[in-house]
Amino acid sequence: MFWFRPSEFWFRPGERGLGVWRGLGGGVLIVVVDSATPAITAALASVSDAGIEMLAEAVTVDGRAHGELLAPAIASVLAEGGAGPRDLDAVVAGLGPGPFTGLRVGLVTAAALADTLNIPAYGVCTLDALGWAAGPGRILVATDARRKEIYWAVYEDGVRLTEPAVGKPADLLPPNGVGPLSDDASRSAKGAGSFRDGAGSFGDGAGSPSGGAGSFGGGAGVVPGDAGVVPGGAGVVPGGAGLLPGGVRAAVGDGALRYADVLGLPVLDEPRYPPASGFAALAADRVRTGMPTEPLTPLYLRRPDAVLPGARKPALR
Amino acid sequence: MTEQRASGDEPLVLGIETSCDETGIGIVRGRTLLADAVASSVDEHARFGGVVPEVASRAHLEAIVPTMRRALADAGVALSDVDAIAVTAGPGLAGALLVGVAAAKGYALAAEKPIYGVNHLAAHVAVDTLEHGALPEPAIALLVSGGHSSLLLIEDLARGVTPLGSTIDDAAGEAFDKVARLLGLPFPGGPPVDRAARSGDSSAIPFPRGLTAARDLAAHRYDFSFSGLKTAVARWVEARQRAGEPVPVDDVAASFQEAVCDVLTAKAVDACRAHGVGTLVIGGGVAANSRIRSLAEERCARHGIVLRVPRPKLCTDNGAMVAALGSHLVAAGVTPSRLDLPADSAMPLTTVNV
Ligand SMILES: [Zn+2]
Repeated sequence: MFWFRPSEFWFRPGERGLGVWRGLGGGVLIVVVDSATPAITAALASVSDAGIEMLAEAVTVDGRAHGELLAPAIASVLAEGGAGPRDLDAVVAGLGPGPFTGLRVGLVTAAALADTLNIPAYGVCTLDALGWAAGPGRILVATDARRKEIYWAVYEDGVRLTEPAVGKPADLLPPNGVGPLSDDASRSAKGAGSFRDGAGSFGDGAGSPSGGAGSFGGGAGVVPGDAGVVPGGAGVVPGGAGLLPGGVRAAVGDGALRYADVLGLPVLDEPRYPPASGFAALAADRVRTGMPTEPLTPLYLRRPDAVLPGARKPALR
Repeated sequence: MTEQRASGDEPLVLGIETSCDETGIGIVRGRTLLADAVASSVDEHARFGGVVPEVASRAHLEAIVPTMRRALADAGVALSDVDAIAVTAGPGLAGALLVGVAAAKGYALAAEKPIYGVNHLAAHVAVDTLEHGALPEPAIALLVSGGHSSLLLIEDLARGVTPLGSTIDDAAGEAFDKVARLLGLPFPGGPPVDRAARSGDSSAIPFPRGLTAARDLAAHRYDFSFSGLKTAVARWVEARQRAGEPVPVDDVAASFQEAVCDVLTAKAVDACRAHGVGTLVIGGGVAANSRIRSLAEERCARHGIVLRVPRPKLCTDNGAMVAALGSHLVAAGVTPSRLDLPADSAMPLTTVNV
């Protein structure tokens, strides 16, 4: 994988001079945190009327180290961006859905930062950040929910169409057992891989190289033309609950990659994890207008595993 | 007699505790308790008959900021006044610990304060300093709760403790919960069993004392076992029910409680005598039990051992105990933890801070 390595920090210096951003005085400084996927994400960004500039980002992919690594990642992006915690104006946090334990790390960290600094906290659905970056057309966003399930939602041109849900990948398939996958679709998926070279990838910076990072969908790559056409059902797969709306041309996210064979959709290689720029973009209007702080309520989507005690087993045999 | 420093010179330390079902945030200055805010999710667990980890973790996330605000208000200080933040890093429920550790890191990072990830069991010992002053060392500590039952030798609380023994099956508090359920008493079982026992006869039923037979003492002199006791109580109760006779709840509670407290205090006093130690500290939720207090008092007096048991509110899990240990570490000049400190659900007793 080209932009992340497990258990390793990934720093990217701020790219001053893009767009019309005028330095720390010209925008509102926000910190972005998301821990709803294996990508432990922290970023420092400046939000102004002219756009969003990602000043520093730290992404570490490690599904079991959120508690250890998120806080140092925040410290590192602050240092990278030449800012102290007291320079922050708002906190933006990914609300999930995501595996509970990791998800809570980001939310409680964000809440503690906002509480201490007396600055507003804004929540963004983690799937939305992926959907924002996924490009035009109708796209399934799926992250890994463990237990052979995915967290998912469908997006049209970056805007969410369905409520975030959790379930088995097969449940998205039509009940007739005919999946949409064909050889054409596979080839299209490979074509869509050029997305990695597009504006949304970390390698090129979280914002669009052309400076339009603030615009909705502006950071997303353009998927080559005919990838948007989903060929009719050649691949026969087990029947599902038909939860997926029609017209979905591709899927994105680590859950989609993991269950690509079941979903039978072309899967975009990137972004695999929700980009920090997506969270920043989706909270930018609230940041700019100084909306009141929000409760960072996690999108658990699942109830806790808890079994009510049954009748007591007798001790006598 | 150590010289008492002016209160302004003593470290102001905030402690965060989330290892089980209590979200606790305490604030101390030196050994003076300034705030002890606790939010408990115990009611949410009651119908499950035990703590459900995910329910506890969710409750911690909701409670942490309000509890922090309450603690700061109670103490009349701002986070910027604090010299250090201490947090329980283990042992405990992994997901629950992580909420507190991540919160502590967030607060420490934002307020630019040093952080100490500390051992929950050592904090149960340290909390007594808030009530009884500096702990004479060496001391023996008996820690008993729903999650742990351990005997420790404390030679230097800031550097590490020596585990002497612990339960080989159920924790003492767990046995209280299970027996309470058997007797139709509510969860958690400690307080209702204690109440029922007051009007019962503790010698009515000779329940077994685990790991006290000569052959067990050889290998398990300072270990505990409550699983056999719990089964003995269940068998006794079922035999009565089967015979169509009423179950004397008060007598069963008193006899069960006596068996638990007898073993705990006998082994604790034995540890003191064997190590030539003149101080016994009892901590943990079960230390709030009235019988363990009276029996320990009696036996310590007989052997010239000074008994220290903090008041019940400090015995159960709380943030003050974490702050107390943090304050002790700061005063001892211990180096703070790194910001990448892990939560360790199985943190060994020998680790006081990470
Ligand atoms: Zn405890």
